[in-house]
Amino acid sequence: MSGATLYGLLGAALVAMGVYGLVVEGSALKRILAFNVLGGGIFLVFGAVAQRGAGAGFPGDPVPQALVITGIVVAFSATALAVALVKRLAELRADDGEGGA
Amino acid sequence: MNLVLDGALALLVLLAAARATLARQPLPAVVAFIGYGLALGVAWVRLGAPDVAMTEVAVGGGVTGLVLLRAVSAAAAGAEAAATPVRRVAALALSLVVFAALAGVVVGLPEPAPSLAEAVATHLPPTGLGNPITGVLIVFRALDTLLETVVLLLALIGVWSLSPDRSWAGALAGLDAPPSGALDFLARVIAPVGLVVGIYMFWAGADVPGGAFQGGAVLAAMGLLVIAAGIRPPPRLQCRSLRLMLLAGPFAFLGVGVAGWFVAGAFLDYPAGIEKPVIIAVEVAITLSIAVTLALLVLGPPKERAP
Repeated sequence: MSGATLYGLLGAALVAMGVYGLVVEGSALKRILAFNVLGGGIFLVFGAVAQRGAGAGFPGDPVPQALVITGIVVAFSATALAVALVKRLAELRADDGEGGA
Repeated sequence: MNLVLDGALALLVLLAAARATLARQPLPAVVAFIGYGLALGVAWVRLGAPDVAMTEVAVGGGVTGLVLLRAVSAAAAGAEAAATPVRRVAALALSLVVFAALAGVVVGLPEPAPSLAEAVATHLPPTGLGNPITGVLIVFRALDTLLETVVLLLALIGVWSLSPDRSWAGALAGLDAPPSGALDFLARVIAPVGLVVGIYMFWAGADVPGGAFQGGAVLAAMGLLVIAAGIRPPPRLQCRSLRLMLLAGPFAFLGVGVAGWFVAGAFLDYPAGIEKPVIIAVEVAITLSIAVTLALLVLGPPKERAP
């Protein structure tokens, strides 16, 4: 088995783990974590594709590699926004709790 | 030997991912996730992608981990309903189907593999860049990178808009680190070194692995370290220079893109002969904006002003 295939299969396993976590987890933070694990798996599958496209003296196809860098930063943006929403929700719940007491 | 190393690394990534998704408490899950990011970074080195490895470790593991760590206390406050056994079995079945489908795709990838490496190698010399990844990011797929800087900015606007109107005049929330001599010492020793490392990563990224995103993430981390140690207060939202730094990257990129229409004949085309200086100018602006945006996304929405 080549390295690219091994990491491709690892990526597939990570995506599966992320899907499981997204469905099973009840808390929003754990779902965000599962979403990030899932994303890391997808990037890794893409990385395996990139390594198979090695050529012209490059260790991998630079186009998918650059797209993964873009993907990681966009996934971070989405995570930061989601976390801010979760925190705001917790604040509102705490305020409601104080009001009811 | 190499396969043993790769296998052990894959196992490490899997274990960290399992802990991150399955741990019951949020704190161990987030800590495992940061470890997952580090291990994944090593996997990227093994896949011949050091640029991606740096981004994964700095942004995917480091900065994302920091944002998640800061949300752990909020997560503990939220109500959590346990999944029913039926739901668990259904989720397991679904994830097995997803794994089987993706594994089938990975094993059956076409031979010979399609590649754009030759095309990149042919068109890279006129840009004056030596690092093909930077070439793809700033030249060949410049529109992706432009939109990516805009996405970062939009995410920050989204985070800020979650705070009530009265908070807008106040300072951004700090990192709430307890005062500590060790942290203070670390910030004073590491921050100047990290500043140089971050600028070097950006500058060297033209020819060797590195670039605007990796360098920007290091610069953001140094700023956060200084704020966490209390050496400098968190910035105020109304600070004009702060807002200009946020806008510099996307707007410099957009400006060069529109100028490309008139000078070089296409949107985001660089004028022949002076590609390299223009590319570096755009990269300086992007690095600055990325560093400030990443740090502000970690700091989160502005705090309510003390009465």
